[in-house]
Amino acid sequence: MAHPSVAAHGHDEHDHNHAPKGLTRWLYSTNHKDIGIMYLVFSIFTGLIGGAFSVYMRMELSHPGVQYMLADGAPDGHLWNVIITAHGLIMVFFVVMPALIGGFGNYFMPLMIGAPDMAFPRMNNISFWLLPPAFLLLLLSALIGGGAGTGWTIYPPLSSDLGHPGPAVDMGIFALHLAGASSILGAVNFITTIFNMRAPGMRLHTMPLFAWAMLVTAFLLLLAVPVLGGAITMLLTDRNFGTSFFKPEGGGDPILFQHLFWFFGHPEVYIMILPGFGIISHVISTFSKKPVFGYLPMAYAMVAIGFIGFVVWAHHMYTVGLDVDTKAYFTAATMVIAVPTGVKIFSWIATMWGGSIRFSVPMLWAIGFIFLFTVGGVTGVVLSNAGMDLQLHDTYYVVAHFHYVLSLGAVFTIFCGWYYWYTKMTGRLMPEWVGQIHFWTTFIGVNLTFFPMHFLGLAGMPRRYIDYVDALAGFNHVASIGSYISFASTIFFVIASFYYAKWGKRVADANYWGEGATTLEWTVSSPPPFHTFEKLPQFKG
Amino acid sequence: MKIGRNFVGLAAAFAAMFWGGLAAAQEALPIQGMPHPWQLNLQAPKSPLAEQMFGFHTELLIIITVITLFVLALLVYVCIRFREKANPVPSKNTHNTPLEIAWTLAPVFILIAIVIPSMRLLYAANSYADADMTVKVTGHQWYWSYEYPDHGGFGFDSILIPESDIDASKGQMRLMSVDEPLVLPVGTKIRFLLTSADVIHNFAVTSLGLRTDTVPGRLNESWTLIDEPGRYFGFCSELCGTGHAYMPIEIHALPKAEFDAWIEQAKGKYAANTEPQTLAVASAGPLGQ
Repeated sequence: MAHPSVAAHGHDEHDHNHAPKGLTRWLYSTNHKDIGIMYLVFSIFTGLIGGAFSVYMRMELSHPGVQYMLADGAPDGHLWNVIITAHGLIMVFFVVMPALIGGFGNYFMPLMIGAPDMAFPRMNNISFWLLPPAFLLLLLSALIGGGAGTGWTIYPPLSSDLGHPGPAVDMGIFALHLAGASSILGAVNFITTIFNMRAPGMRLHTMPLFAWAMLVTAFLLLLAVPVLGGAITMLLTDRNFGTSFFKPEGGGDPILFQHLFWFFGHPEVYIMILPGFGIISHVISTFSKKPVFGYLPMAYAMVAIGFIGFVVWAHHMYTVGLDVDTKAYFTAATMVIAVPTGVKIFSWIATMWGGSIRFSVPMLWAIGFIFLFTVGGVTGVVLSNAGMDLQLHDTYYVVAHFHYVLSLGAVFTIFCGWYYWYTKMTGRLMPEWVGQIHFWTTFIGVNLTFFPMHFLGLAGMPRRYIDYVDALAGFNHVASIGSYISFASTIFFVIASFYYAKWGKRVADANYWGEGATTLEWTVSSPPPFHTFEKLPQFKG
Repeated sequence: MKIGRNFVGLAAAFAAMFWGGLAAAQEALPIQGMPHPWQLNLQAPKSPLAEQMFGFHTELLIIITVITLFVLALLVYVCIRFREKANPVPSKNTHNTPLEIAWTLAPVFILIAIVIPSMRLLYAANSYADADMTVKVTGHQWYWSYEYPDHGGFGFDSILIPESDIDASKGQMRLMSVDEPLVLPVGTKIRFLLTSADVIHNFAVTSLGLRTDTVPGRLNESWTLIDEPGRYFGFCSELCGTGHAYMPIEIHALPKAEFDAWIEQAKGKYAANTEPQTLAVASAGPLGQ
């Protein structure tokens, strides 16, 4: 990564540092830093709820038989289905995306490119404020109409009026409409900002890798989310207005929904991980005190992953009855993604090679990420084979795979960014020991939770089961213990984050990490002034 | 009159003994396919396809373990060798073209090595031609129904035995045993035709390498060939509502002679079932891939 030299900055910071207050500041915000903070606080709140649901699920699965989710003494399969659906939808749409894209993306991308704010500051605000009502609609869907027990993938006919008469799924669809609109508007904002508002002297090919990550992510959002919107609107009309897009009795096809959903769904998982890739590049570079190895391959690997991610969707559909040659194509195309991903893993290690590595807390998360994402990635290679997927589709092997790349991948990058930028955002220090405890307990907890799931899946345990055969009790119990440890660690982290944000030792330095931190956010104070770069920096890449 | 009644009684007794004997014989069937405590790998394969999948998975497992350990070793080395104290002055090296080519090409070669057996497996799984027998499977909320179109088209439902009714002395197991298992012959290539009566389900039996969605309005195909007599268990593998965890699959595979005997009894036993409908299917006709 190039070392910026900033020609002029500083005097703005004490001239115009008058932030508005109250409703004007937060409800009517047009400030990318404040909006970023709101996204991050929101995602902590929703993360605790989504995590609590997962703990409830693991409590239920801790022993064979149904102990908790009972209705009149009998197992309540519908409640189970509602909880797992809520867990998935919340984590994807209301935790990971807001934290990485809305939170870190909004706060730091403009700083890194030397822009005073996003291209459309007011639209940025509506992108955020669409989310709390969306989240409320989703939660209410569980209370009004009995809840949507469809899985986050909402396949008809189960999600249609046949499987779910009543308003719950419709409310869930409206929640996704709002969240989707939030993402699409945000994507427009990110693309316009990155293309038009880079500081003079900063070319696309010299901008920081996190900015590249946000650019690719924004294009994926722009092209994929509308397809989800189309699919769920068709589901809505099937449910309520007499259409039969997905109803065989009307000439439609349930599999059409799956094609449309996964055409969105696969880019969606890259949307969730690409910003994290950007954060890891920055953190590895900072704590190795070395520029990222192979800047251009790293940027274009992300572009390649994003691009190929659009033509592999049916690897989620290998068992629906697709033609064999089609399955062969999707197998080959999916395996191709391993190549640019491998380039990134090796480039991060090569960045560390020859460096002078300090194991500060953000670096622990980054190194943990590299290893654990590799584990998740290789099980993805196993699953990419359509013939092999015949044994593994809809088993816990898939659950293990995607939790490794999400909970141990994307979530690790969120924590990594949090510790990296915490003092920048708050101006206060979170002590190293807090981050160390959080990291190690989480590392043990999530591995205990998700590694045994590979074995459960191979043994044949299906997903989305409220109860399982007695023989599978052993690893299920281990996984449940792991989930308690992980959740306890998360609670500790949340309490510590709020405590030190208010009472931590003040650190006003622009760059508290040292020579390895070379991007523009490290040239402004901690916290930055309300308005930054009102005078544009001259960037000498 | 008396002789007639005696004869009828005797015939009924024989039928009961035969049927009971057959049932007892089925209970004595060894369990060949089910999960085991602390199991680390796939269930032992009991069909040619499952064997091919097991072998392919073993190859994959070796490759991915080597790759993962390699990355781990690199990380451990780098963390020790280039920690601050050991290397206070960082290098500025950001390029090494031969290395970059190597770490792009090596994964390509590994992927090619994977894709060749993968395609072999995929096309083997899709070879339904020259099946000896066809069975129709229909998913319902929340049970399975089976029809035998090659044997007169009789059919029956297969429903989970509730936990309160489980009789362990008969070898029944919670969440696995059903009232009317699917009975199939050993050593016969069996083609399944699969559909659903309501929402999407999935007919999956790991030990036989079976896992295909059952979709309403669609007829899917899969096949197996069961190596040994025994009981094989599987689970519905597509979220289908409240009873998703409560519609297992139990297959009893019998030697051919016993299977033929069972068919004769079954035709009588299930003759009263008015639904599912009889399905007339040309046994050797291609339905396309």
